[in-house]
Amino acid sequence: MTQDDVAEAAPLVELRDVSKYYGNIRALEGVSLEVHPGEITCVLGDNGAGKSTLIKIIAGLHQQSSGSFRIEGKETKLANPREALDRGIATVYQDLAVVPLMPVWRNFFLGSEPTNGRGPFRRMDVDMMRRTTHSELLRMGIDLRDVDQPIGTLSGGERQCVAIARAVYFGAKVLVLDEPTAALGVKQSGVVLKYVAAARDAGLGVVLITHNPHHAYLVGDRFVLLKRGVMAGSHLKSEIGLDELTRQMAGGSELEQLSHELERAPVPDHLGGHER
Amino acid sequence: MTDTSTVEPAAIDERLVHRPLLSRLLGRPELGSVIGAVAVFLFFSVMTESFVSSLDTVLYAASLIGIMAVPVALLMIGGEFDLSAGVLVTASALVASMFAYQMTANVWVGVAVSLLVTLAIGFFNGFMLIRTGLPSFIITLGTFLMLQGANVGVTKLISGTVQTKSITDMEGYESAKEIFASTISIGSFDLRVTILWWVALVAVATWILLRTTWGNWIFAVGGGRDAARAVGVPVFRTKIGLYLGVALAAWISGMHLLFSFGVVQSGEGRGLELHYIAAAVIGGCLLTGGYGSAIGAGIGALIFGMTKQGIVYAQWDQDWFWFFLGAMLLLATLLNAWVRKRAEAAK
Repeated sequence: MTQDDVAEAAPLVELRDVSKYYGNIRALEGVSLEVHPGEITCVLGDNGAGKSTLIKIIAGLHQQSSGSFRIEGKETKLANPREALDRGIATVYQDLAVVPLMPVWRNFFLGSEPTNGRGPFRRMDVDMMRRTTHSELLRMGIDLRDVDQPIGTLSGGERQCVAIARAVYFGAKVLVLDEPTAALGVKQSGVVLKYVAAARDAGLGVVLITHNPHHAYLVGDRFVLLKRGVMAGSHLKSEIGLDELTRQMAGGSELEQLSHELERAPVPDHLGGHER
Repeated sequence: MTDTSTVEPAAIDERLVHRPLLSRLLGRPELGSVIGAVAVFLFFSVMTESFVSSLDTVLYAASLIGIMAVPVALLMIGGEFDLSAGVLVTASALVASMFAYQMTANVWVGVAVSLLVTLAIGFFNGFMLIRTGLPSFIITLGTFLMLQGANVGVTKLISGTVQTKSITDMEGYESAKEIFASTISIGSFDLRVTILWWVALVAVATWILLRTTWGNWIFAVGGGRDAARAVGVPVFRTKIGLYLGVALAAWISGMHLLFSFGVVQSGEGRGLELHYIAAAVIGGCLLTGGYGSAIGAGIGALIFGMTKQGIVYAQWDQDWFWFFLGAMLLLATLLNAWVRKRAEAAK
């Protein structure tokens, strides 16, 4: 794929000067970002920086108060998550990606169930659903013994991967990931990041929301920094190094402590953690 | 489906054999209720002589609860309650009876109007739930109290007493009775038509739950409402549909109530909503939603029927029914919780 051609075309998703107010509370103001196919745009920020608000606008859960939101060049205001899905934007949430008590195969197809038969006899194609779930997860390296087990019995990383596999299977053009590694250990995080990269290589545009600059820098192509609801910076990977990214995200006072943490968990460790 | 399947599915099947049959059975939500039903059946069969020979009466009593317990179970799997279900049955019967009598129309007109009114009340429950975001417990408690008052109040206003005027001599009464309150004698077995309604509802509800898209959505809105919404499940439509299901069953039950005797006592129905919920819980429904089965609710209703009639045949004081039922509810809930934990740990 030729990166230059793609970059010339309209971005898959483009936000320009987007703001969101809840009553008189400013949740987000003047945020801009671009998502291109085959690229990962990272949104970085501490708790309360407005990351969740941003994700909810892109996912169709909330509407922006002002600013421009374009999908493939077309000005848009998404009414609900269904519309976002129909436009090719799939969102994977950290804590509510799946319904824990339901079997894996029911979760995999939830909201987009394949059916056969007609009229009152229209039914889910259970055979196909079971088979597809198993083979799609196998492709992602998750070998399930039983797709009938409740998805709540899988590990956190596996659940994220099921959600990502689901989005890829259903032909998402843009994958929005909300803190996919926040609750995970290093090894599990590595597994998830690997699938994020795999989705990127498959030509999807990815929005990765995180407060971990190390994870972001490993896979990201563009970085948008949020702070207290406003944009604190926007960079291409070529323009910024990990240290600078971390420094900008953390700000002066916490810098020393963070650089200390950086020393304890340098990047090569994470890379090493990828191997299963 | 076909024998020309690829290697992969075969590989799944092979590994599935390793999961013991017992642990798979333990994973079913109905298990507790099946064990309970067998125990209650054996108990009363031994204790009384007439129990086994009066199974038709037992099944009839079970069907009255069962017709309502099934949609109430679906609603609970969808994560909501309906406390108004009991008095809604009475309201449905009252509307049909009074509309037919006052408008001196064919009873079928009353039956049709009642269907619309009952569905409208069900819709109201669902709509209020969605609009206000309040717990369904509060919303339907409100509907319950309002209906309870209106049932008696309106009946007194129109008929001057707490019961409706008899409609037995009206046009269409016999044909309606045929459908909602008839008895088919098969030898010495009196098959009440409500038993057929009950079995049909269990079958339809099971089909919906396990094999249709709607079923998938019902489990999802109860087990993880936000996750369901995020992947595009129409949460509101699903919940309103569930309330309409309860209303439809309340209408069937109400028509049975009306066409059994031709008159309706306006104060009836209070407390029945708890029977329906108890039957659903005994049948394996989680109070928190997202888990349960329609067959289980059917069996839960069967336990109700057996206990109710069994106590009559054993010539015990009727009040022991409540004690028995409470103990059953607790046992079933504990058993279900234990079984589920084991099933999930044993994977």
